[in-house]
Amino acid sequence: MPGDAGPPIVEARGLSLVYQAADKPVFALSEVDLAIHKGDFISLIGPSGCGKTTLLRVIADLERPTSGAITVEGMTPEQARLKRLYGYVFQAPALYPWRTVERNVMLPLEIMGVPKAERQARAADQLANVGLTGFEKKFPWQLSGGMQQRVSIARALALQPDLLLMDEPFGALDEITRDHLNLQLTQLWRRTGKTCVFVTHSIAEAVFLSTRIVVMSPRPGRILDIIDCDALPRERTLDIRESPEFAAIAHRVREGLKEGHSYDD
Amino acid sequence: MTIEAHASGPHPNPPPPDGGGGLSNLPPPKVGEGGAQPKAGRKGAQLGNVLKQRVLPVAVVTIIILAAWYAGAIWLNSPQAAEALTRAGKPWGTMDLIAHTFTMKRPVLPTPDQIVVDLWNSLTGYAPTSPRNLLFHAGVTAQAALTGLAMGVVLGVALAAGIVYVRTLEYSLLPWIIASQTIPILAIAPMIIVILGNIGLTGLLPKAVICMYLCFFPITVGMVKGLRAADPLWLDLMRTYSAGGLATFLKLRIPASLPFLFASLKVSVAISVVGAIVGELPAGAQAGLGARLLSGSYYGQTVQIWSALVMASLLSVVLIAVIRGVEVAVVGPIIGRGSAAR
Repeated sequence: MPGDAGPPIVEARGLSLVYQAADKPVFALSEVDLAIHKGDFISLIGPSGCGKTTLLRVIADLERPTSGAITVEGMTPEQARLKRLYGYVFQAPALYPWRTVERNVMLPLEIMGVPKAERQARAADQLANVGLTGFEKKFPWQLSGGMQQRVSIARALALQPDLLLMDEPFGALDEITRDHLNLQLTQLWRRTGKTCVFVTHSIAEAVFLSTRIVVMSPRPGRILDIIDCDALPRERTLDIRESPEFAAIAHRVREGLKEGHSYDD
Repeated sequence: MTIEAHASGPHPNPPPPDGGGGLSNLPPPKVGEGGAQPKAGRKGAQLGNVLKQRVLPVAVVTIIILAAWYAGAIWLNSPQAAEALTRAGKPWGTMDLIAHTFTMKRPVLPTPDQIVVDLWNSLTGYAPTSPRNLLFHAGVTAQAALTGLAMGVVLGVALAAGIVYVRTLEYSLLPWIIASQTIPILAIAPMIIVILGNIGLTGLLPKAVICMYLCFFPITVGMVKGLRAADPLWLDLMRTYSAGGLATFLKLRIPASLPFLFASLKVSVAISVVGAIVGELPAGAQAGLGARLLSGSYYGQTVQIWSALVMASLLSVVLIAVIRGVEVAVVGPIIGRGSAAR
């Protein structure tokens, strides 16, 4: 399915975003070209400041590009946002502490004006999806960091978007929890057939999850390489990380990062 | 603590012996304002610790204050007492003098036991609807204070929302809000009553307006901070839902501000009681703790003044305890704020 026919879900052409800092302009994104197709799992990887989060925020209309063109499902990012076409998962769970787990997941549905019975049904579905049935009435502080992040994924899924944008969702978690959640995420992706854009700075995570890996480099933020992961089966288990194909892709990602001077000083 | 300082003027009121239970609900070593801390499992064996850490310090301070009070009563009342004893014509000694300073009808400084007895007689000797019962007066004052507090909350939150949402209001409005609080309430209270009386408003409303005038300020200051307390990520989240301004306000900014609102409310309610009492003074009101203070001072009934003062302070304590109770019920479950919540 990656590189499938049909219009891309996200298409960026010559996308640039320049912040006017006090002394000199900062090129957060420079001439970015990218097409994301239906069912893709795209990872954006690169060192801090390479614009991977900025690119995700531009797709989500949380930032406006200075130049270039971008479409999300054939419309502007703003139209897509107003139509609530994507779900966004932040680096931190960003749960509202005064709401229970269930009411956090129902928050977007309340704003959309979904009737109460349906809200509850959809929240229950999504909590089951992330394996948190039975935690509906807990408050966020009663959950571990990994569970909180799963709630925030359930909350993004509650909107039933075709496009899921994730900004280093597991960055703050320990490796064991992260492996576990990666496995859950890849199964969820295969089961639902959603298009995912995933920001990370972990090579292993990117290779494990993705159908394509976008390697980015800072100053100016740009795309260095786009790596297809067709060599890996679509069904991922933790074992594939031991395979030579996995190692080969990981090597290519590392080479790409090196080329972008990511390992300098 | 604020209640004591506001409600009872320069002389701190110690908790009267039997009323002490009510006051000690408010432990002096209070750490932190926002979160409730219902730490489970602090029972039984911990009781000794609680006694030591909470009850003992209060008891020691109470005893010191009581001792100073009785000494003060002897010192302040002895000239009159000596005069009275001399007029009676019988020979008297130091012990007679001291005994007399504690039992005078119109002492300069009544003793705590006189105040407690007067308070007790007033509360138990008459029906709660009788003007001779202090509960009746406390009720009248509380009605004005709570009405004023409600008005103050509405005004305070509205101003805070204006300041948070409209940048220019912060610069144009804030100086006036601060200036409004520099005017002594004693100076402006009669004006408010006269002006409102002129347009036909008397009774509860002018008093409530005075309370509102005092109350809204802590609410505004607290809520400006509270409405800005929403995490940027929480706001971004609302944006990804393309939530409107109203939804963001109601579902994010208001709940995020509640801890700040409650902190402000506790300050405001105590001020509000003071405002209601001040409002009762110039109006020549017939009912209310202020009226009680005024009539006490007309007739030199110092014991009556003091028991009204104690009643005012008890009223504030009860109102603060109620707000604290609501706070624990509402904000209590959210104690993971900051650390675990994100």
